[in-house]
Amino acid sequence: MQASVSSLSISHPNSTFPSNIRLCGLRQEALRIHSVSQLNKRESRRIRIVSRKSCLQKRLVSVSASASENCGPPKSFDYDLVIIGAGVGGHGAALHAVEKGLKTAIVEGDVVGGTCVNRGCVPSKALLAVSGRMRELQNEHHMKALGLQVAAAGYDRQAVADHANNLASKIRNNLTNSMRSLGVDILTGFGTILGPQKVKYGKVGFPNNVITAKDIIIATGSVPFVPRGIEVDGKTVITSDHALKLEVVPDWIAIVGSGYIGLEFSDVYTALGSEVTFIEALDLLMPGFDPEIGKLAQRVLIKPRKIDYHTGVFATKITPAKDGKPVIIELTDAKTKEPKDTLEVDAALIATGRAPFTKGLGLENINVETQRGFVPVDERMRVLDANGNLVPHLYCIGDANGKMMLAHAASAQGISVVEQVTGRDHVLNHLSIPAACFTHPEISMVGLTEPQAKEKAEKEGFEISIAKTSFKANTKALAENEGEGLAKLIYRPDSGEILGVHIFGMHAADLIHEASNAIALGTRVQDIKFAVHAHPTLSEVLDELFKSAKINASVTEPVGEPVAV
Amino acid sequence: MSHLLQTTFVPATSPSLRRPLTRTTHYPTRALHIQSKIREIFMPALSSTMTEGKIVSWIKSEGEKLSKGDSVVVVESDKADMDVESFYDGYLAAIMVDEGLSAPVGAPIALLAESEEEIAAALAQISSSSSAAPAPDPAPAPAPATAPDSSTSNDGPGAITGVSSASVSENFSSRSSVANGAMGSSVHPASEGGKRVVASPYAKKLAKEFGLDLRGLVGSGPNGRVVAKDVEAAVAAAAAAKVSASGAALASEITKPSGGGTAVDLGSVVPFTTMQNAVSRNMVESLSVPTFRVGYTITTDALDALYKKIKSKGVTMTAMLAKATALALVKHPIVNSSCRDGKSFTHNSNINIAVAVAIDGGLITPVLQDADKIDIYSLSRKWKELVDKARAKQLQPHEYNTGTFTLSNLGMFGVDRFDAILPPGTGAIMAVGASQPTLVGTKDGRIGLKNQMQVNVTADHRVIYGADLAAFLQTLAKIIEDPKDLTL
Repeated sequence: MQASVSSLSISHPNSTFPSNIRLCGLRQEALRIHSVSQLNKRESRRIRIVSRKSCLQKRLVSVSASASENCGPPKSFDYDLVIIGAGVGGHGAALHAVEKGLKTAIVEGDVVGGTCVNRGCVPSKALLAVSGRMRELQNEHHMKALGLQVAAAGYDRQAVADHANNLASKIRNNLTNSMRSLGVDILTGFGTILGPQKVKYGKVGFPNNVITAKDIIIATGSVPFVPRGIEVDGKTVITSDHALKLEVVPDWIAIVGSGYIGLEFSDVYTALGSEVTFIEALDLLMPGFDPEIGKLAQRVLIKPRKIDYHTGVFATKITPAKDGKPVIIELTDAKTKEPKDTLEVDAALIATGRAPFTKGLGLENINVETQRGFVPVDERMRVLDANGNLVPHLYCIGDANGKMMLAHAASAQGISVVEQVTGRDHVLNHLSIPAACFTHPEISMVGLTEPQAKEKAEKEGFEISIAKTSFKANTKALAENEGEGLAKLIYRPDSGEILGVHIFGMHAADLIHEASNAIALGTRVQDIKFAVHAHPTLSEVLDELFKSAKINASVTEPVGEPVAV
Repeated sequence: MSHLLQTTFVPATSPSLRRPLTRTTHYPTRALHIQSKIREIFMPALSSTMTEGKIVSWIKSEGEKLSKGDSVVVVESDKADMDVESFYDGYLAAIMVDEGLSAPVGAPIALLAESEEEIAAALAQISSSSSAAPAPDPAPAPAPATAPDSSTSNDGPGAITGVSSASVSENFSSRSSVANGAMGSSVHPASEGGKRVVASPYAKKLAKEFGLDLRGLVGSGPNGRVVAKDVEAAVAAAAAAKVSASGAALASEITKPSGGGTAVDLGSVVPFTTMQNAVSRNMVESLSVPTFRVGYTITTDALDALYKKIKSKGVTMTAMLAKATALALVKHPIVNSSCRDGKSFTHNSNINIAVAVAIDGGLITPVLQDADKIDIYSLSRKWKELVDKARAKQLQPHEYNTGTFTLSNLGMFGVDRFDAILPPGTGAIMAVGASQPTLVGTKDGRIGLKNQMQVNVTADHRVIYGADLAAFLQTLAKIIEDPKDLTL
């Protein structure tokens, strides 16, 4: 769950986001750096040619660093690549590095798998699998419509919690084994950067080890962000870390923040019988989503469920339950800063986003200043120092750089970095990275939202068009009796370029990849509409979506190469 | 900016997506009254019977920029929830009717400023008008028809004209204390005087649904919190009190306002929902129509046999009765006519069979359009779709207010005969009882057991006479007793 998180510190009173705060973190980042990367497009092509030559050189020198780049005497390193942090990002980078023939080590201070596997996406999917089935079994009307008869559905909390825990340890073992079998050295302890190409690691109370590496990747990830004034006791006031253990199912839980994490947990808790109150700092629930999708999702995911909400308010003080008193939440108006209301609930889940985990990394040793905790990087994940200059041989991927706080984005960034250090220039197109929220039904998206596309269109002087299809027209969805849903395509009618795709409906998270691949590969609407989809499948929702798009007849200019942002 | 969008949405699949009304709909959706550069957004008339609407939710918030065509607010009419969109670009300056509250058709519900600078002017206007008329005025005075809005299509003189004062009538007077909150959705039902009500989200939702005031309820949850079962108990108690209060002895208690914060459940007065209000109005209106009734007994053995045969194909009894009625109406078009003004016959070109359906808290009549032309299988599918939509409160106006002949069937309860009240605007309604095994003497002098049902038609005698109904019923009986035509 956490790794599918993007809405950073949205309910945070001290948030330093610029005026367009309604965009969630990831979208904002994506937009902000977009224009820069376009400028870099030509440059990157040039670099690519050059670096292919140096690639040959590097193979010859193998473990010792390429003298040509290092402006100094050749030096021998313990490793080609050291990755600090063994989450999904570090794991993806390590595997790719081994494939490329690099001698690789990974430093893990906690457990292999990081947030995603241990406290995020993975265990939350186990809980959501349970909530999805509970929902189905509890929906008598739906069952009857299918001709099924089911006696009252119930659940065993501990068994559900065990399922989530078992899944996490299984995936963790898979990750560990996959790295071990490939020959990645797993070094235990907290990693600190001592200086250029030098890392210290070790546990408290044990002697430190110092290793050198030609290239270093920071992949230390993030931790749940808890705004000031909120006291987390881990029992009644909790973060996603605690919630995933499912130690209690409270009768009434307040969820602070209505982004991905909050929404997914509301799905779990309401399915298991809790009532939920959302507390959102912005005026609208689900601020990170395309407004139309958000509106529909609200009608399906919030309105008919046992959920109410307070918008435009900060939870300025949350006191855990003690001495027979409930959890007390003080709400303050986001605009007037005046006290607005007090809630008394059984539990509160803080889902206000995630903060980078970059303390103790020793960044001061190499003159790097974090920005709100994030490690500043360029579009190639190269770390920038306090003066805005590149720090050689140091990269940062994943939640720690804050570009796009998703597990698969971290992994893609890691692969991109490995490509670069092995001599092939590579810039990741973040606009082609899909995101998903695993509610029932699911929400998924890739590229721009409609307001973002409109803004871009206005700035750059082109037109956009919207195409939509409904799951109601899809045979497979109707067979499943799950006709609720919408797919939306934002595209350029002049060129057929796909700008964004948003899906709300059954298996939306699995359906988005056709669109994200099309964006990544630069496939145009007029080409993809000829691709064939098996009938009857949910994928026909996208088939129909592409087919309903109207491209101006005289398209001669091909879409340029995918633009990296 | 909206000209940049070329939407290619498939309209046939969108009812639950609540597709916003477009300009081409024939329902007058809104009227805007120009006053300097600040426009008032009025409560639209979403159906011909709608006199007031409830704000379900504001899609836009105050200060937000609106483009022409944007959905601004969701309004609950007497039959369905609908999106209302803006005809102008501008800024939503002020919301005058909060979520959950009602306003009469034509009353201003918000102010639209053309530019950001005019928001302040709009706010000044609202405060001046509210200080001029502090008390809510439930009967808005029609203003001179100065609105130069060409898109305004009228269906009644006072229905959607503008009013100058910010008059708002509230659905539940008990909510007036919270009505001043700017954010309707986030108002906690905390009462004045330091006494707070803590209620769980579901309890609040239920209370809203039943129109129950949470103040005064004693909660059984932790720390005295009001939970769902407290609300359910209070509603059940109120209903029970109502039933037992038919006697005069208890009558005085029921009308007594719920004071003192105790035993609200027993003595409470629960106001009508918008739908119940619509039903009430229609029922009173029906008293002005001179109706008469003709009954008929029809043997259903053949119909039952046919039903058994085609039931597996999804055919429902309701669809079969609607089809049979429609076929009979083809031969007796006069029974499908109505009297709208007391002076003329309105001969309807289509045979649209409305069928009364009981839904939570009311009654609605989804319409099977062109029931004479559509085959029985399609008709059955259509019926299922309509019922599902009705339950979800998603029927579009044309799906419930275009009936030309109404069917009401209580046979499933074992009711053998009853009579129905004629819905205003139509010519006739047929009440259908249960089909029961009956001993009958046949023409050849024997006694046999046949399934028979009684039907009873109520009609407007200004246009439909006794002989018309008699002939119609005879034809209907023939069709039902020899139903082969139904499956054609």
